[in-house]
Amino acid sequence: MTQPAPSPMIETTFALTLLLLLVAPLAIAGVALINTGLGRSRSAAQSLLGCLAILSTSVLAFALVGAAFAASTGADHVFHLFGKPWNWAGAGPLFLGGFAAAPARTQLAMLFELLAVALVAIIPWGSGADRFRIPAGTASAVLLAILVFPLLAHWTWGGGWLAQLGVNFSLGAGFLDGGGAGTVHVLGGLSALAVVWIAGPRKGKFPREGLSTAMPAHNAIYVLFGCLLALVGWLAWNMAGSILWLNAAPTALPLTAINTLLCAAAALVATFTVTRVRFGKPDASLCANGWLAGLVTSSACAGLVPPLAALFAGLVAGVITPLLVELFELALSIDDPSGAISVHAAAGLWGLAAAGLFSPQQGQFLAQLIGITTLLGFFLPLIYLIFKILNRVLPLRVDPDGERLGMDLHELGGGAYPEFVVHRDESYR
Amino acid sequence: MKYAGLLVMPAGFLLSIAAILLFPAPAPRTAFALCGLAVEAMGLVVAVRGHMQSRGDTYQ
Repeated sequence: MTQPAPSPMIETTFALTLLLLLVAPLAIAGVALINTGLGRSRSAAQSLLGCLAILSTSVLAFALVGAAFAASTGADHVFHLFGKPWNWAGAGPLFLGGFAAAPARTQLAMLFELLAVALVAIIPWGSGADRFRIPAGTASAVLLAILVFPLLAHWTWGGGWLAQLGVNFSLGAGFLDGGGAGTVHVLGGLSALAVVWIAGPRKGKFPREGLSTAMPAHNAIYVLFGCLLALVGWLAWNMAGSILWLNAAPTALPLTAINTLLCAAAALVATFTVTRVRFGKPDASLCANGWLAGLVTSSACAGLVPPLAALFAGLVAGVITPLLVELFELALSIDDPSGAISVHAAAGLWGLAAAGLFSPQQGQFLAQLIGITTLLGFFLPLIYLIFKILNRVLPLRVDPDGERLGMDLHELGGGAYPEFVVHRDESYR
Repeated sequence: MKYAGLLVMPAGFLLSIAAILLFPAPAPRTAFALCGLAVEAMGLVVAVRGHMQSRGDTYQ
């Protein structure tokens, strides 16, 4: 007896998802380029090499260990409370056991999660620019990849308790996060907050008297080109996420792509206007932050809401992002060179809330709200605790002499731009 | 103070979990979950204020 031929539609979907996942790394490349451009010229090579090192270590750590807890198998770790099952961790094999024979969908999900964990780990690297050491950055990436990300990935994408809120508590379709606004961006943004709290601000950033010292982006071209690169990656990322985690049909993907683009465009227009009104001229760095915040917002709602709602969500993200960047720096003494806390954490949280607000499904807002409280109330303290312990073992921050020299010279022995004339740093007063 | 704020935040998370366990009706569930979010926001504010106080002179 011959086996029935696989459905051509399913094969087409698999091929399409694989193709999208091959383009999705452009989002990581864009974020890496933006982080590098927003830092100082004397730390540029260290920043990009750090991105590669963090990407590599997080991918390896997740593939070998973390994926076992993120996986969705028939034998997940479940406890019962108030008569309801709480699926809190996967119980897959360690060290990629049996993975070569896994179904194609499982392999595609793994590829998506490998890219996601890399992006989660790269986000705090940008916030620690000019002072975060590569060994500590890679160690933090390993910890995120084996202890933190797998839990949230399982809860959201692997049939965990957040995903089952709909089945167990009649909350819409459960917590939905197709593009990883919470699982990737909020997690990365909260990690960035923990890093800047523990590592402290750059030397000279907050003088004893007067306002904070401006330390502008060293290369606006990197930053803005990174934005364009990120758009391509984000379109693919959101569409692949919609197929894998929202079970969207290929015919629904154009709307996801349109929503992504609308969200980013509306956010840029809003940020452009806000900075034009506030400073008299549009600010390139803040506009890049606004654009990225729009893309982050789209990760939550592109696959779930109508186009006008996506446009509105992007508009709000574009308004709040430059204001938050300013608030964090000037009022709250948080030195975040890449703006990751505003761009990834705040915009991601807004996107998750917007997905619930504008979703036609009954109870969806409360499901998204539970996801938001989980991210803030469970994961932020957990990440802070883990990074605080790491800082005792392997200090996150470079020594004062290394910071004075610049991370390129201190950690790599050579600068990114050896033929450039280096001027004295006016921030050391 | 930063630690106090970070310790308050899980209480907000537990409050939101309690909301879905204890209340079957949507309105009290949402109100209770929003209270959980408010508790987390208060914890975050305390943690941020703690950071501002301890920012001090270390890296100036």
